[in-house]
Amino acid sequence: MNRLKERYLRLDALPTLFCPGCGNGIVQYAAIAAIDKMGIRNDIACVSGIGCSSWIPCYLNLDVMHTTHGRALAFAQGLKLARPEKQVLVFTGDGDCLAIGGNHLLHACKRNIDLTVVMVNNHIYAMTGGQKSPATPKGVITKTSPGGNYEEPIDGAQLVICMGATYVARWTTAHPVQLQKSIEAGIKHKGFSFIEVISQCPTQSGVSIYGVKDPAYIMKFFKENSYIYKEGMDEPKNKIQCGVLKHDNDQPEYIDRMEARFK
Amino acid sequence: MKISIDTACCKGCGICINICPKQVYARSKIRNRYGTAMPEPIKENECIGCKLCERLCPDGAINVEE
Ligand SMILES: Cc1ncc(C[n+]2csc(CCOP(=O)(O)OP(=O)(O)O)c2C)c(N)n1
Ligand code: SF4
Ligand SMILES: [Mg+2]
Repeated sequence: MNRLKERYLRLDALPTLFCPGCGNGIVQYAAIAAIDKMGIRNDIACVSGIGCSSWIPCYLNLDVMHTTHGRALAFAQGLKLARPEKQVLVFTGDGDCLAIGGNHLLHACKRNIDLTVVMVNNHIYAMTGGQKSPATPKGVITKTSPGGNYEEPIDGAQLVICMGATYVARWTTAHPVQLQKSIEAGIKHKGFSFIEVISQCPTQSGVSIYGVKDPAYIMKFFKENSYIYKEGMDEPKNKIQCGVLKHDNDQPEYIDRMEARFK
Repeated sequence: MKISIDTACCKGCGICINICPKQVYARSKIRNRYGTAMPEPIKENECIGCKLCERLCPDGAINVEE
């Protein structure tokens, strides 16, 4: 049996509820590979909201809190303040994090509180049947935009950079090794870390965004239509920007700041 | 290389079949417990052990061993 699965998953709860080829499973294995490599199984606590992507930690044999829609970051900040010795890893979706949970995201960023957030961006509200999310690209037909979405999507990674997050990276499900490394770096980083993963939802957004349902085709599309960002480079247009977008070690962390103030 | 696929967890999504740089896998007639057609490592001896299929399997159904 797969070594990571045996060690970290609740075998009695398998198979997962994810559809065949869903990107959530790939993110799940990248995260447990990172936890395994760092050997921090007893120091980690996972928090998630509601959505397909928020089911990622629920299968893990670790401390996990599955909370309410949009409030993963509120619960995670509370947990971090109560148990600052824990490394808190948050799994959230584009709807959970940018729509209903948008305000919590802004404030967690501005506090630079030591959390690591993995946002699975499948450009849709998948669990509820494929409604438009704030990250749905322009022109895409969804259940709630039958004539094609005419709004500009929110770029989660750029938003958190503006709001003061101090480690920001973006990868796709076709970059599993880099994703694992970024999750490790995010956990090690003292401050707010945000890792966006562009992921496939073959069931709800496969056809409307990529024209096909085949997960392997969508992942090939990710690989061919993305580039790795380096500072000062000429950035190609209409491609997915991947890479570590910000890494700033000089900003004070929230709990450190609070302790300095009230010592 | 020894490749094993877990019938209880495989959902037959076909990612491994398409992603393998050596085309080790092919779709077989065997059904997994999910009810879909499973991949079969037909060219196991050509496997180079990159373990890309293991990493990219969303269900942790693949195990590649030396
Ligand atoms: C307060 C509240 N409002 C709405 C819902 C319905 N709801 C459940 S999941 C979801 C969207 C999830 O989208 P996302 O976070 O992108 O997760 P995905 O399923 O795409 O992974 C919504 C609107 C809810 N459960 N609770
Ligand atoms: S609906 Fe989409 S996001 Fe949800 S499990 Fe299925 S493929 Fe994954
Ligand atoms: Mg979503």
